[in-house]
Amino acid sequence: MKSRLFKRLAQFWPGGRSLLAALLLAGNAYASELPAVKMDSTADHSKFKELQQSFSSGPELTKVCLSCHTEAARQVHRTKHWTWDFLNPENQQRLGKKNVINNFCISIPSNYAFCTSCHVGYGWKDANFDFKSEENVDCLACHDTTGAYRKLPGMAGHPPYKDTEIPPGSGKFAKAVDLSKAAQKVGKTSRDTCGACHFFGGGGDGVKHGDMDSSLASPDKELDVHMDATGLDFTCGTCHKTSSHDVPGSRYTPVGKDKDGAHMRGKEDKSNPATCQSCHGFTPHKSDALAAKLNDHTDKIACQTCHIPAIARGGVATKMTWDWSTAGQLSPEGKPIIKKDEKGRVIYDSKKGDFTLGENVTPEYAWFNGKVTYTLLGDKIEKSEGVTHINKMGGSAADGQSLIWPMKVFRGSQPYDPVHKTLVTPHTAGNDDTAYWKNFGWEKAIDTGMKVSGADFSGKVDFIKTDMSWPITHMVAPKEKAVACNECHAKGGRLDKIEGVYIPGRDANSLLNLLGWLAAGGTLAGVSLHGLIRFLRRKH
Amino acid sequence: MERIYIFTRFERFWHWTQALLVIGMMITGFEIHGTYTLLGFVKAHQIHTVAAWALIILWMFAIFWHFITGEWRQYIPTMRNVDVVIRHYVWGIFQGEPHPFKVTRKQKHNPLQAQAYLMVKVLINPLLWISGLIYLYYNELASMGHNLDLASIALAHTIGAFMMLAFFIAHVYLITTGDTVGAHLKAMITGWEHGEEESAK
Repeated sequence: MKSRLFKRLAQFWPGGRSLLAALLLAGNAYASELPAVKMDSTADHSKFKELQQSFSSGPELTKVCLSCHTEAARQVHRTKHWTWDFLNPENQQRLGKKNVINNFCISIPSNYAFCTSCHVGYGWKDANFDFKSEENVDCLACHDTTGAYRKLPGMAGHPPYKDTEIPPGSGKFAKAVDLSKAAQKVGKTSRDTCGACHFFGGGGDGVKHGDMDSSLASPDKELDVHMDATGLDFTCGTCHKTSSHDVPGSRYTPVGKDKDGAHMRGKEDKSNPATCQSCHGFTPHKSDALAAKLNDHTDKIACQTCHIPAIARGGVATKMTWDWSTAGQLSPEGKPIIKKDEKGRVIYDSKKGDFTLGENVTPEYAWFNGKVTYTLLGDKIEKSEGVTHINKMGGSAADGQSLIWPMKVFRGSQPYDPVHKTLVTPHTAGNDDTAYWKNFGWEKAIDTGMKVSGADFSGKVDFIKTDMSWPITHMVAPKEKAVACNECHAKGGRLDKIEGVYIPGRDANSLLNLLGWLAAGGTLAGVSLHGLIRFLRRKH
Repeated sequence: MERIYIFTRFERFWHWTQALLVIGMMITGFEIHGTYTLLGFVKAHQIHTVAAWALIILWMFAIFWHFITGEWRQYIPTMRNVDVVIRHYVWGIFQGEPHPFKVTRKQKHNPLQAQAYLMVKVLINPLLWISGLIYLYYNELASMGHNLDLASIALAHTIGAFMMLAFFIAHVYLITTGDTVGAHLKAMITGWEHGEEESAK
């Protein structure tokens, strides 16, 4: 009926056809209009009476969270984010942040109150922290969406509850957090919440990883095709698909070579969902003349090797070296010194020693099978053996478990005990008589730190060269920016030092080359001579 | 002037297309081998692969042609008169002697030449093709359970390449040893070979 009327009207009034259609559509829309609703969650936390109050501390708020989310704290308790403790099932090494030693800020015991500003809990100030406490789980560290929630070093995982001068005496104040407001606006994790710690690992923006820094908070496609804030806009959790609060992906037991391929709904799959292959499978290159040959490479080369052409691509420099042995130089007045490079980046700090930094750094490459062996406190190390590997990356061309991976290799020099021949765990941060950053005395600082770690210290201090490898996996460039074939298929190319594979363009049998060129050259010489004689004996 | 039509249109097409492809594949192949940088690895690899398939298709037609026309008989090896031909190249040619071999429609290559071409057809080409196809598809072979060492495949392929290069140099030189420097080349372009009178001039 309606449509017949429409046709009739349109017949006599052709110009009004579209106007008429618009009127009819608007009428329909009006009839089916539904009230506005929050679509990204089934709960609007600002409507909860329980959250419409002021909270004097984090734990007080957490108790309220747990009154509905009854299992959340005990789920968090099972994760590395909470325990900072991990037993590597493959080699029985006791790892986790509270156990390992690195060549950045070195170690956590005796520095808890500072380091635990990145713990998903409240109050871890010393070794007596209660890991069974549910109210000490910090929900906001990961679920804040306001961006105003912030934990500060030295406060043992607590945010500032009142305006706080930090560092003390600096004249810079951190504003008190509004727990009530943050609680009413909780949501899913974001690049900002994960990044609040993971972008700043090692004591500053981009220091540690090289492929994670604050430039990933809102990256463009050039920096990361997946996180591209105006494109795919992945959060960390898009790949690190989390259930029961246990975030998949591990530095301790990474996946060197994913053999499980793309995940499928309904199919039980315990493999890491954060690998490239878990979405892209094993033949990711499509519809390109080169696709087949590129897909041939996926059995030997990690996706990252071609698709992450450089480390620290977002404009934030990453630390490449750290020499602790030069720390402690003071000004004539006895004050700590800071030296900066022409870009204003710190390259010397009396508290920490000399640094070098890098942007757009070409990674190093190594076979990697996911097996990582750490040098832990108590493991014997020898200065005469050259460089001590903080972590040894397993892998070879022949083991069938390895791919060629890009790595950031972070090199340094750090204190060790030359008598016991072990790494040491210095007490660096703190406002006390032994903390290195206040007193600049290694012996006392190490003595205090080693006591907290429960390890013997001879009293002697020397420095040992160390390196630490960081497999690179973030900051995936657009495919046009992927590493080109000839960057590896060449002598002196990116994979120049990779052993165990024949790389056309890099490798050749030198005996064959010699014989081959002798044969070709000999033929040329022979025919040239023949021709020359013919020419000389020609008849005019 | 006696002239013989010895290279048919298809034969000339086959020869020159093959020449172009082989030269292209030597240039790109030695770049892939790492001898120099000219087009860049990826371009070199692409051209090399496309040329390989083109050559294979060309050869399918050529093989068909050889059997249909019976031209394969041109390459039946014989030692008859080989000594005479060798004597010519190491001695007679410098004395201005005419070539002892007379081209006929039935036997258009001298016995040494026929043997050389036979070697290309039954040794160098198959070596290059088989090793080349394995090179191209060694991943597929590996996934079928045949784990071949890429270095060995490359070695075989490169041996073939050097043999082809040596052949190519000798071949290009020897075409200048006709009655005139350009006589053989002209024959390969026009199809017509000079007869005896031409050489007596």
